[in-house]
Amino acid sequence: MAESLVEARGLTKEFGDFTAVDGIDFDIHPGEAFGFLGPNGAGKTSTMRMITTVSPITSGHMTVFGLDPTTQGRGIRQRLGVVPQEDNLDQELTVSENLYVFGRYHDMTKAEILPKVEELLEFAQLTDRADAVVEHLSGGMKRRLTIARALINNPDLVILDEPTTGLDPQARHLLWDRLYKLKRDGATLIITTHYMDEAEQLCDRLVVMDQGKIVAEGSPRELIERYAPREVVELRFQDGQQEDAVARLDGLAARSEILADRIMLYTDDADDTQEGLGSRGVDPEQVLVRRSTLEDVFLRLTGRQLID
Amino acid sequence: MTTLRRSLRFAESEVIAYRRTWRGTIISSFVNPVLFLAAMGSGLGALVDNGPGLPIDYILFLAPGLLAATAMQNGAGDGSFPVMAGVLWRKNFHGTITTPLGPEDIVWGRLLWGTARLGFVLTVFAIIAYLFGAMDLGPGLVAVIPGILTGLAFTAVITAWTLTQEDGRSLSTLFRFAIVPLFLFSGTFFPISQLPGFLQSVAYVTPLFHGVELVRKITLSDPDPSLVTTMPMWVHFCYLVVMFAIGIYLSIRFLHQKLRP
Repeated sequence: MAESLVEARGLTKEFGDFTAVDGIDFDIHPGEAFGFLGPNGAGKTSTMRMITTVSPITSGHMTVFGLDPTTQGRGIRQRLGVVPQEDNLDQELTVSENLYVFGRYHDMTKAEILPKVEELLEFAQLTDRADAVVEHLSGGMKRRLTIARALINNPDLVILDEPTTGLDPQARHLLWDRLYKLKRDGATLIITTHYMDEAEQLCDRLVVMDQGKIVAEGSPRELIERYAPREVVELRFQDGQQEDAVARLDGLAARSEILADRIMLYTDDADDTQEGLGSRGVDPEQVLVRRSTLEDVFLRLTGRQLID
Repeated sequence: MTTLRRSLRFAESEVIAYRRTWRGTIISSFVNPVLFLAAMGSGLGALVDNGPGLPIDYILFLAPGLLAATAMQNGAGDGSFPVMAGVLWRKNFHGTITTPLGPEDIVWGRLLWGTARLGFVLTVFAIIAYLFGAMDLGPGLVAVIPGILTGLAFTAVITAWTLTQEDGRSLSTLFRFAIVPLFLFSGTFFPISQLPGFLQSVAYVTPLFHGVELVRKITLSDPDPSLVTTMPMWVHFCYLVVMFAIGIYLSIRFLHQKLRP
């Protein structure tokens, strides 16, 4: 196994009395897409900010590229591409000026930057908007530009903090497509997300975070196999009938989760479970059978949904 | 990269942004000082010069004061709204610190850019004042240097203050209650010996007074004792340098706290 790009042991971040990141351990290897999955407030962004050296570590130990973030921050940032949760493009500059300025911050010469800008505009599908002032771009365009900007220095590691939050489905898929391309080209990615489909699609390996702690670790497939039976039968009832049904479902599935608006039955054989519904006289308004997802893993681990 | 090189990189981005916004700064930087020079120097000056008050033409007294006051206003402007913008509105500071640049490079880079702009604005002022017959050209251009120092001292201290503010509302208060009184009572328009005794001592500790005195002692090569204080030039100079240094130190510290919680 190649040496870790990022290695954290007992990594902790406190803000006053509040512990945002509570002694977590992880290793990120070259060439992988590593995910941090968790709800808002789980500590994902605080972790990202410590990796990018823009937030001091409270306690614990971390190296990035084998360097110490506390004393060698510049050396680390030189080799990073950072896509923060909230776009922080320079609103007063044009699309290509935003890329140019970041190239200069990375001490690149004009001759090095200009062809790279062309290439990245193409990558971000913004070539025809090169001279538009950033203020006038759509949300999806800004996000793609932020990602393009993070690539100006040919980074060894790209950190994406909730890359698709707040985008419409079309813009999300376009962005995913760009991230696949990055992955294919061999980039190492760290992605935080509270969308399980995003984690499933993009991440080779991930950790699930909740309340500052890592509660599970593995590939998306492994986590689903370990924590959730193969299939899920979702039941929705007419007003007031759910409570009545709960009592009659006892023992029907390997495990069940009762949410405000539906009941989820985890099972290895959905057909069998559905037959059982009829014989027990349970008559839901709607039945949906689907495969288990990371959302189910998260629900199992924390008792809560990813997105409330 | 050295600190200077990194700061220059940041200054470069300010120049690129300025190419788009410079029109908005023309009035306050160039037009207003000239209007003051015309209205107060030539207009009001005509009245003053008919009285028994001044041993020289009023406009000769006024012009160096206005040069220093222009430096203060530009410097203060540069330390307030653009800094709040970098942190809160335009947010470019947040992106910058994810690159090899750090908060200190932002602070120094802005001051480098501020130096260039102050140099330009004050040189233009000195030339216009010369055309008005309000300054000799040589001493006027030399006085641009203490003018720049005055402006930078204000930029540095006000940058630090701005970084302690939560939002932009207090910034206009600063101009109303600090910059305007300084403009009026620091010796720009009349010698501070005209102030009541206790206000004179207040004037001595205010920064613009030292800038005005320094510039005036240069442009009026052998000023009449009724026009300036007897304080040596190095006192004014040291005051402004110390103010600048404290401002820089606090700005870097506060920007670290703001951007890297």
